[in-house]
Amino acid sequence: MPGADKEADLTERIEAFLADLKRGGCGTGPIRGSGETARETTALLRKVTAQARWSSAGDLMEIIRKEGRRMTAAQPSETTVGNMVLRVLKIIREEYARSRGSSEETDQQESLHKLLTSGGLSEENFRQHFVHLKANVIEAINELLTELEGTTDNIAMQALEHIHSNEVIMTVGRSRTVEAFLKDAARKRKFHVIVAECAPFCQGHEMATNLSKASIETTVIADAAIFAVMSRVNKVIIGTQTVLANGGLRAVNGTHTVALAARHHSTPLIVCAPMFKLSPQVLYGQFLRPHGLVFALTCTILSKVNVHCPVFDYVPPELITLFISNIGGNAPSYIYRLMSELYHPEDHDL
Amino acid sequence: ETQTKCGTISLFSHLHQYSRKAPLTQQLSIPSTVIHPSIVRLGLQYSQGIVVGSNARSVALLHAFKQVIRDYTTPPNEELARDLVNKLKPYISFLNQCRPLSASMGNAIKYIKKEISNIPSQFKEEEAKTKLQKCIDCYINENVVLAAKAISKYAIKKISDGDVILVYGCSSLVNHILCEAYDKSRKFRVIVVDSRPRLEGREALRRLVQRGISCTYVLISALSYILPEVSKVFLGAHALLANGYVMSRVGTSQIALVARTFNVPVLVCCETYKFCERVQTDSFVSNELDDPDDLMVTRKGKTQLENWHDVSSLGLLNLVYDVTPPDFVDLVITDLGMIPCTSVPVVLRVKNLEQ
Repeated sequence: MPGADKEADLTERIEAFLADLKRGGCGTGPIRGSGETARETTALLRKVTAQARWSSAGDLMEIIRKEGRRMTAAQPSETTVGNMVLRVLKIIREEYARSRGSSEETDQQESLHKLLTSGGLSEENFRQHFVHLKANVIEAINELLTELEGTTDNIAMQALEHIHSNEVIMTVGRSRTVEAFLKDAARKRKFHVIVAECAPFCQGHEMATNLSKASIETTVIADAAIFAVMSRVNKVIIGTQTVLANGGLRAVNGTHTVALAARHHSTPLIVCAPMFKLSPQVLYGQFLRPHGLVFALTCTILSKVNVHCPVFDYVPPELITLFISNIGGNAPSYIYRLMSELYHPEDHDL
Repeated sequence: ETQTKCGTISLFSHLHQYSRKAPLTQQLSIPSTVIHPSIVRLGLQYSQGIVVGSNARSVALLHAFKQVIRDYTTPPNEELARDLVNKLKPYISFLNQCRPLSASMGNAIKYIKKEISNIPSQFKEEEAKTKLQKCIDCYINENVVLAAKAISKYAIKKISDGDVILVYGCSSLVNHILCEAYDKSRKFRVIVVDSRPRLEGREALRRLVQRGISCTYVLISALSYILPEVSKVFLGAHALLANGYVMSRVGTSQIALVARTFNVPVLVCCETYKFCERVQTDSFVSNELDDPDDLMVTRKGKTQLENWHDVSSLGLLNLVYDVTPPDFVDLVITDLGMIPCTSVPVVLRVKNLEQ
C-alpha cells in the first residue's frame, strides 16, 4: 500500500539521520557542518509534515515534537537540530493563527495589558482542521530552507563593512562561516590573518591552508602563543557552535582564553554566527573521551593519570563586542529579543 | 635562505629563524676547529634540544667552562687574567649562534669573567685554575642547589592539604618543590597543563607520577574548563626582568591571565641568579623562534601543512618565550624570600652592592 511504503521510507530516512548524528559525536567534530545539519533537519521535518498522518495543527506539533526529542537525544551537543525543530513549530503556530484569521501575535510575551484585556487564558489547543494548513506549512518550511541556504553568503556580504586594509585579524580553529567571511573581504582588501591551531585536533591548520589558497596572508600559531601575539592583533573574528540565550557562546575549546586576551588588550571580538545557531538553552558542558590526547602519553603512566579533553568552552556575553548574523549586526544584549522572534516561549523545552 | 614570508612573520624578522633541518656548521661564522671540543658538544646539545631548561643550560655551561679552564695553559708573556677572558669570547659567541643565550647563562658568564679578572697576578697557574674551578662549584651550589632548597622551604609554607595545584610545562624548580612537599606529607593533587608543539608537560608528568603524586593532564586550550577546580598556580620562570615582567615559556602569560580572571593565586618560583637588568614590555622585541616545522601534525592520516614552504602566503610561527605583566603575578618566591614582582630591581641593587 502506498501509504505504508511512504511511512516506511520516512522512518528509514529518520533512522539514517539519527545514526549520522550519533556518529558525529566521536570527537573529531561532526561529519557535516552545522549549516548542512540544519538543512537536513529542516528537509526531514518537511518530509514528516508531508507524509505523516495528522488532521490538526496540534497533532502535527506533537509528531514534530516527538521526532525532535529523538533527534536531540541522539546528539545533545548538536543544538542546530533542536533549533530547527523549534523554528518549524513556530511556523506551524503562525500558519495556524493565520488560517484562523486572527491577527498574528506580534508580542507573545505576557504583558500586563494583555492579561487585563484578554479576560482569562486563551484556550489555544490547535484542534481546528484547516484544509490548506498542510500546503501553507510546507511552503513556509521551503522559505526557511531558502533562508538557510543563503546564510553563509549573507554573512560574507557584510565582510567589507568590518575589515579595513592592513589589518591583523585573529581567528581560532576552523569555521566555515568565518572562512567565507574572510575570503569575501580578501577580494577587495589586503590584510593578515593569524590562526590559532586549536589542539589536539588542529582544525586551525585546515583553515590556514584554505585561507592561504585564497591568497590571504596567513600565519599559524600554537595555542600557547595567543596572548603573546594578541597585542598586535586589531580584531578577533571567530565562529561558534551555539549562541546561547543570554548572548553567551558555546564555542570550541580555547575560545574563552582568546576572549579574555582580547578584552585585556581592548581588541574587539566579533562572532560570525547564522541565526539558526541561536538556541534557547543556557547550559553547556560536554566532554570528549580523551583518546585524542592519549596517544601522546606512554602506557606506564597512563593508568595513574586523569586526562581531560573538553570539547567546548563557555564565553560570557560581556567579552563579546558584536554578533554578525545573516540578518545583520547585533550587540549581545539584543540576542534575547531575536530569540523571541524566532521561537515561541512555550516550545523552549521540547 | 631566509625568504621574507607573510605579514606576521615580518614582525619577527629581526630575530633569527631557527631550523633544525639546516646543518649547524653551515650557519656559523666561526669555524668549529678553533673551539674547545666540550664547547662544541655543548653547542650541539643546545641546538638539538638535548639540554633544555634554564637551570640545566647554565649548569651545563659552567661544567663545560670548568673543562676549558682545566685544559687551559697560559701562553708565554701573557697574563692569565686577561688571556683567559679573551679565549672565552669566541666560545660564547659560538654558543650564542647555536642557541641564543638565556638570562641565567648571561649572568653566569658575567660572574666567571669577573672572577677571572680578579685573579691576583702573583698566583701561579695551577693555583689560579683550582681557585676558578672552586668558584664555579661554589656558584652552582649556592645559586642552583641551595637556592632550590630555600625556595622549597618557602613554597611549602604556601601549600596546604587539599590543594589543587596547576603547573605548566616542565620547570625543574617547580617539580622539585612539589616532590619536596609530597615528601613532607602534604596532601595535594597536581594538574599539569601542556602545550604543543614542545609537549614538555609530559616530562613533568612522568617525574611527578613516579613520585606517587596524583596528577591530571590537560592541554592549554582546556584551561577555562579546568581552572574552577584549581586552588593555586605555580609557574617557573626563565628570567625576571627589571620592570617586573616575567619571561617564561610561551603560554605562561595566558595561564596567568585566565587564573587572574578566576581569582586563582599565581605564584612564580625563580632563583635570584635569573634576575636580569633588561626591560621588556612585549613578546616581540626579544624572543626566540623555534623550528616552524614542529607545528606540523598528522591527524586522520592527513598532514594539512605538509607543503607550507611552497605556499607564499602561509607562514608558521613557533615562539619559545613570552612575557607576563606583573599585575597577573601575585607572588614571586626566591631564595631571598617571597617578594612581589616589582621588587626585582631592589634585589638586583642589593646583589650588586654585595659584590
